[in-house]
Amino acid sequence: MPRVTFLAEADRDAVHDASLTVLEEAGVKVNNGQALELLRDNGCKVEADIVHIPPSLAEECVGKAPASFKLFTREAEASYTVGGDTVIYNPGSAAIYFTDRETGEMRRADANDFKELVRLTDALPHIHAQSTAMVPHDVPDEISDLYRLYVILRNSSKPIVTGAFTKTGLTDMKNMLDAVAGGGLPEAPRAIFDCCPSSPLMWSDVTCQNLLDCAEHGIPAEIIPAPQMGATSPVTIAGTIVEANAEFLSGAVISQLAAPGAPLVYGGSPSAFDMRHCTARLGAVEAVMAACAFAEMGKRYGVPTHGYLGLSDSKTVDAQSSYESGMGILLAAMARVNVVSGPGMQASENCQSLEKLVIDDELCGAAYRLIQGIRVDEDTLAAEVIGKVGPGGHFLAERHTRDHHMKERHMPGPVIDRLSPDAWTKAGMKDATRRAREIADETLRTHTPRPLPSESEERLETVFKAVLKRHGIKPGQLPKT
Amino acid sequence: MTEQILSDLRDAVLYFDPDDARRLAQKALDTGVDPVVALEEGLARPLREIGDRFGTGEAFITELIAAAQAMEAGAEVLNEEITRRGAASKKVGTFLIGTVEGDIHSIGKNIVATMLSTAGFKVIDLGTDVPTHTFVEKVRETHPDILGLSALMTTTMTKQKEVIEALREAGLRDDLKIIVGGAPVTEGWVQEIGADACGLDAVNAVEASLKLMEGR
Repeated sequence: MPRVTFLAEADRDAVHDASLTVLEEAGVKVNNGQALELLRDNGCKVEADIVHIPPSLAEECVGKAPASFKLFTREAEASYTVGGDTVIYNPGSAAIYFTDRETGEMRRADANDFKELVRLTDALPHIHAQSTAMVPHDVPDEISDLYRLYVILRNSSKPIVTGAFTKTGLTDMKNMLDAVAGGGLPEAPRAIFDCCPSSPLMWSDVTCQNLLDCAEHGIPAEIIPAPQMGATSPVTIAGTIVEANAEFLSGAVISQLAAPGAPLVYGGSPSAFDMRHCTARLGAVEAVMAACAFAEMGKRYGVPTHGYLGLSDSKTVDAQSSYESGMGILLAAMARVNVVSGPGMQASENCQSLEKLVIDDELCGAAYRLIQGIRVDEDTLAAEVIGKVGPGGHFLAERHTRDHHMKERHMPGPVIDRLSPDAWTKAGMKDATRRAREIADETLRTHTPRPLPSESEERLETVFKAVLKRHGIKPGQLPKT
Repeated sequence: MTEQILSDLRDAVLYFDPDDARRLAQKALDTGVDPVVALEEGLARPLREIGDRFGTGEAFITELIAAAQAMEAGAEVLNEEITRRGAASKKVGTFLIGTVEGDIHSIGKNIVATMLSTAGFKVIDLGTDVPTHTFVEKVRETHPDILGLSALMTTTMTKQKEVIEALREAGLRDDLKIIVGGAPVTEGWVQEIGADACGLDAVNAVEASLKLMEGR
């Protein structure tokens, strides 16, 4: 099966060795008391908030993280194995802007935009997981993280990639997931939580606590270093991989010391810091290469992998957005990155667009086809049918064609133009963006997500209302879901 | 002689050499060059030149930062002498800066702080992950002309709004200009949260700050 790697085995070993040196000598800054104590008690040298991690401890801890885990749909009737060669796409997170479909304008995202994104994602065939992809401006900040989870749980049954903004947020979100599942979550997780170190080499109090709490509750945690190459990491891709790898390993140590065997994902959101405009370019070719290489390091350690791939720096759906996203989505599949966050996202990590999400979904479908490769056997070589048709004949009437057509072909959705030139002109000369907009509108009009079972809904409402009460927020103050 | 020293100082900035800048600043003092002239002609002017070139796309941010650091190295020597003579170098204004709570990113804030101090601001840097109440206390304590709030992440920039609201409640908002910065910040955000301006990059942040000072 077609596969891409950027690092040879010796390169991966060299990255590993260099990361261990960084962890031992430069160390990582940890702004969390509980983690500092844990690290000190287990043989790390702690000077103020800088932790020097012995190589043997890093190697031992990363070895304890499981090779894969199962991620379940809301009602647990299906699951995906996160790990191995599985590829699961989900929308990129967390945008504060949204592309208005009426005006094309990039404006602040609100709760309704997010609900639309969730319902559209629920319907899209190739994006298999939801994500809390936006920060809606019309929801109080203190419950913003868990409100998004609430919207997803009510509007979709797909598995979830999410994250908390505060320490208590994670516990509240866990309780909401528990309520919907009705128990048994550690064995059948419905959501992965992102816990991002701050490059270079730092863990903030909140993200570190989230990582500890995930470990304690058996919640899969996605450790996502987000270095800006040239600014918050070396400008060389290799140096960036070393730094990110050290950040991942430090997270693995914290997590596995807290709870050995806790599920982890080796994530990455590298960008190329643009020296001219001071922007973080996630669509840059070097960023894509780095994200794929991070996953190669994850595979070296035998843990599931993640990458921010399929994003664009373009502010609108255009040739640039499709070129950059197409590159990321295809290479993510070819590198077998297990969880791929990016579809729908543009303006680096700042904006979500439903038009782009529809187009990216097509790219994901094509990527799934691509990694199936070319099947070569007696039947597909088709010498017999070529002989039967002979010079000058055609294959349309052959049983071989009917039998193999749907096995060989990825059937694109209506966003891909397959019309003849005349038919295209008569159909209104629509470009892909316009077709995508119509598909998004039509899907939102017609798609009904599977409703949340009533007993789950009752339990969820009880937990959610209790959280609101604690924050002094009345349900009526929130936008409708 | 003076011309030669000024020209060498300019080169030290243009070639990003803090050691040369420090040495030549001392040489300027030793040979009787007016430190105010050395600061303006030998250090500030070449930095502005690189800033302009950054603005037109002929210089990269790495070069701008390196030049600013060379300038700072020379300016440290000269400022000491200027202060000693009692002719305290005139400051454009006082600028209080910090990264909001929950965000420990410092790079953008640090670049802006360096550029502001080379542009003549007295900069007070509160560091990163600064709680809202600390911003309020420090504004009360240091009476800055401008407060700069930095946030890199989409998930922390809402804290910028919280700080502005807290300042308003404390009755400190009206005497103060507020500029916000960070990757996700836009003009629309400035209006939404009631800030006065935003710095879209380091050079733009300095320009916007100088403009805010005109109104004071």
